[in-house]
Amino acid sequence: MSGLVMPAPKADVLARRARIIADLRAIVPGEGVIDTEAEMRPFESDGVTAYRQLPLVVVLPSTTEQVSKVLAYANANGIPVVPRGAGTSLSGGALPLEDGILLGMGKFNRILDIDFANRTVVAQPGVTNLGITTAVAHEGFYYAPDPSSQIACTIGGNVGENSGGVHCLKYGLTTNNVLGVEMVLITGEIIRLGGKHLDSGGLDLLGLIVGSEGLLGVVTEVTVRILKKPETARAVLLGFPSSEAAGACVAAIIAAGIIPGGMEMMDKMMVHAAEAFLGAGYPLDVEALLIVELDGPEAEVNHLIDRVAEIGNGLGCMTLRASTSEEERVAFWAGRKAAFPAVGRISPDYLCMDGTIPRKALPLVLKRMEEMSEKYGLRCGNVFHAGDGNLHPLICYDANTPGELEKAEAFGADILLLCVEVGGVLTGEHGVGVEKRDLMPSMFNEIDLAHQERLKCAFDPEALLNPGKVFPVLHRCAELGRMHVSGGKLPFPDLPRF
Amino acid sequence: MSERLCPRDEADVVEAVRWAVSNARTLDVAGSGSKARLGRPLQTDATLELKGLSGVTLYEPEELVLSARAGTPVAEIEALVAASRQMLAFEPMDFGPLLGVAPGGGTLGGLIACNLAGPRRPSAGAARDHALGIRAVSGRAEAFKAGGRVVKNVTGYDLPRGLSGSYGTLAAFTELTIKVLPRPETVETLLVLGLDDAAASAVMSAAVGSYYDVSGAAHLPAEVAATIPAIAGAGAAVTALRLEGVQPSILHRRGKLEAMLRAHGTLSFLDADASRDFWQAVRDVTPFALPEGGDGETAKVVWRVSVAPMAGPHVGAALREIGARCLYDWAGGLVWIEMPGTEPHSARVRAAVAGAGGGHATLIRASAAARAAEEVFQPLDPITGALIARMKNGFDPGRVLSPGRMYAGV
Repeated sequence: MSGLVMPAPKADVLARRARIIADLRAIVPGEGVIDTEAEMRPFESDGVTAYRQLPLVVVLPSTTEQVSKVLAYANANGIPVVPRGAGTSLSGGALPLEDGILLGMGKFNRILDIDFANRTVVAQPGVTNLGITTAVAHEGFYYAPDPSSQIACTIGGNVGENSGGVHCLKYGLTTNNVLGVEMVLITGEIIRLGGKHLDSGGLDLLGLIVGSEGLLGVVTEVTVRILKKPETARAVLLGFPSSEAAGACVAAIIAAGIIPGGMEMMDKMMVHAAEAFLGAGYPLDVEALLIVELDGPEAEVNHLIDRVAEIGNGLGCMTLRASTSEEERVAFWAGRKAAFPAVGRISPDYLCMDGTIPRKALPLVLKRMEEMSEKYGLRCGNVFHAGDGNLHPLICYDANTPGELEKAEAFGADILLLCVEVGGVLTGEHGVGVEKRDLMPSMFNEIDLAHQERLKCAFDPEALLNPGKVFPVLHRCAELGRMHVSGGKLPFPDLPRF
Repeated sequence: MSERLCPRDEADVVEAVRWAVSNARTLDVAGSGSKARLGRPLQTDATLELKGLSGVTLYEPEELVLSARAGTPVAEIEALVAASRQMLAFEPMDFGPLLGVAPGGGTLGGLIACNLAGPRRPSAGAARDHALGIRAVSGRAEAFKAGGRVVKNVTGYDLPRGLSGSYGTLAAFTELTIKVLPRPETVETLLVLGLDDAAASAVMSAAVGSYYDVSGAAHLPAEVAATIPAIAGAGAAVTALRLEGVQPSILHRRGKLEAMLRAHGTLSFLDADASRDFWQAVRDVTPFALPEGGDGETAKVVWRVSVAPMAGPHVGAALREIGARCLYDWAGGLVWIEMPGTEPHSARVRAAVAGAGGGHATLIRASAAARAAEEVFQPLDPITGALIARMKNGFDPGRVLSPGRMYAGV
């Protein structure tokens, strides 16, 4: 593990390990409590394999009541808890703690209710993202957010991370598609927020829960909205001589009032990597490739495809191909979807970054990244959710070369700081976790962070849920609760009053 | 009458809250005051009137983003984005007509603080879904920010969303950044006439669950439909399905929907202009409007109920028994209820919502006495209530920001 400092394990918790395991076995019987090193090993990291840590114990509850009892026990005994779905986090959100219970939600794997008339599905948190779509596909419905890990990642994890995907610009992120949750607080208390209806009528607690990275509670049930799958989808490939020209095309499409179902950009290195990997038929002479997908009723899609082609031609695109069959559309996407494994083929290891920028800053950001690439002596390719400005630079390195991981991490941090500098943010869809935790002060000052932490204090005053994630320093809630306000004067006395 | 504090910038807002905190005074956090009659009545020492913090600070149509100070009139923002053929896609309703105040008075801060939405809510989201970033002053007299200016952002807790619907009880917004979207090129509305509430609910469900991108689905029983000029001529209950987008697409979808729904009732149709008038009337619930300057104290009570779409008619049926009138939006999931008189019948409304599978009911228009005596917002279970009180402790420990506007003591 490189340079990451986690909260110091509590010696008293470590010393009581045997007792804690016995107590947990009384709550979750049988195979639901895992305490041998060999069996805990698969849980030692999530999608960020550079960070590893064996937990104190792994608990796999299968009922909400068990979750409630485990959390109440942890709360009463001062034991940290790290919730985990499928462990696909790309920010280390499910990294275990040496003194912490790793609470795996994999046994919550049932779909509880499918309601086509109200267009909702109620699922347990361990159901996979794709599992929801599969369950409703026979009626032509689907669940819209589609993170690239959708075959494995769980809906509970999606709620924790506010996961995105390639269709976010048109269909929203997890937060725009979740209608309700059942959640257990660290006290063991169970609350229900939302349901099959829209909005809360008051404070939007559900909106706070989504994307809270397991720091506020453990979700035990999720209600999502499902949508009718678009009647038709067609994609256009547009190749450009420069990333500026491709960026201008993206801006022009949106300025023309078109919101594509997906709009992805790949740079030259990624186009070549994808082509070498599976021969997607991408043009190799372009500096930037756009995939623009239009979906909806057939008449609309055909009409808009023509408009996009017109816009592309007007902006000097070198190649333009519109899919004429479903096979061809899938082939256009195949290269993009294989971008990560394709890089895995040309480099032993890579770091996948996840910043968002105002789209207009793209040429500047790409240029600065090239300079960084030279400075660090590491190659870097780019795939870009162009519609919403979400950038995924892939930094190539070799973990077997001493010091190269640290160099790649420094390069990655520089990219994220650049994203913030141009008006963007540290993470668009992967979460802060441990990976971007120490960069938070680049975006937020102490007062901003203190207000976020006070929210944490309302839910979890002893900071037992997923400590060491998201916040660079967790202040004690008592300290955050004090108020230092003085000054008894009437405000701005020079103003007229009524 | 309580004092009005009229800050000019964020520093003034900090100063005003500092004064309130150190002198144990309370503030009614307001924009222009257009929604002063919403929520539990306040008795504060002063009104913090944010309308002086006005003006759009950033608008980049190609980036689909707009920032403005909290007191900027919504009407100004809508006119500005319309000039670039864009819109606030969540179609924020204007409470003016229902509350008997001049229309068009709302501010951007109020729009987010009350999480407004309109008929496009099921497909496009509410204000919460378009709030990207905020600057605000908490009850600690501290200015803070959260979120950002890009649509895809998971950096830290989603406070812009969490504070939407907080009615000024946790923080006073000073500047907000929202997502804007292209305006549809044109609009048409397909009408199905003469359906009862349950049949309308089934038709709306089928239409919204079809391939044909219905961006509004409302049902108006005959006595309610008769009050909207665009459809009064129908002389029957009206179930309306909105189609928006490019003309070739609308033609195609309308044809498909007509074929699908012909067997259910007489079909009719509204062109673009009539559609715009009609959906604005639905958005602002004009059938239950109070004349401008009308007395909210003696007006008929109005409730706003959100339930699962198919459950809307169950709520309607339970309340029409006592002479209430209903207007259904959101494919049946949003039920506007006008009571026969000034009595809220809270227990009956809440039982109807619970009996329909749950949701929430908000007492929108009622006398100040009724809004003080009854729960205005959906009552909280004790655990959630305690959680919200702890959030209030975190953000406003001195209880200076609109205390009690939503819940007693918070």
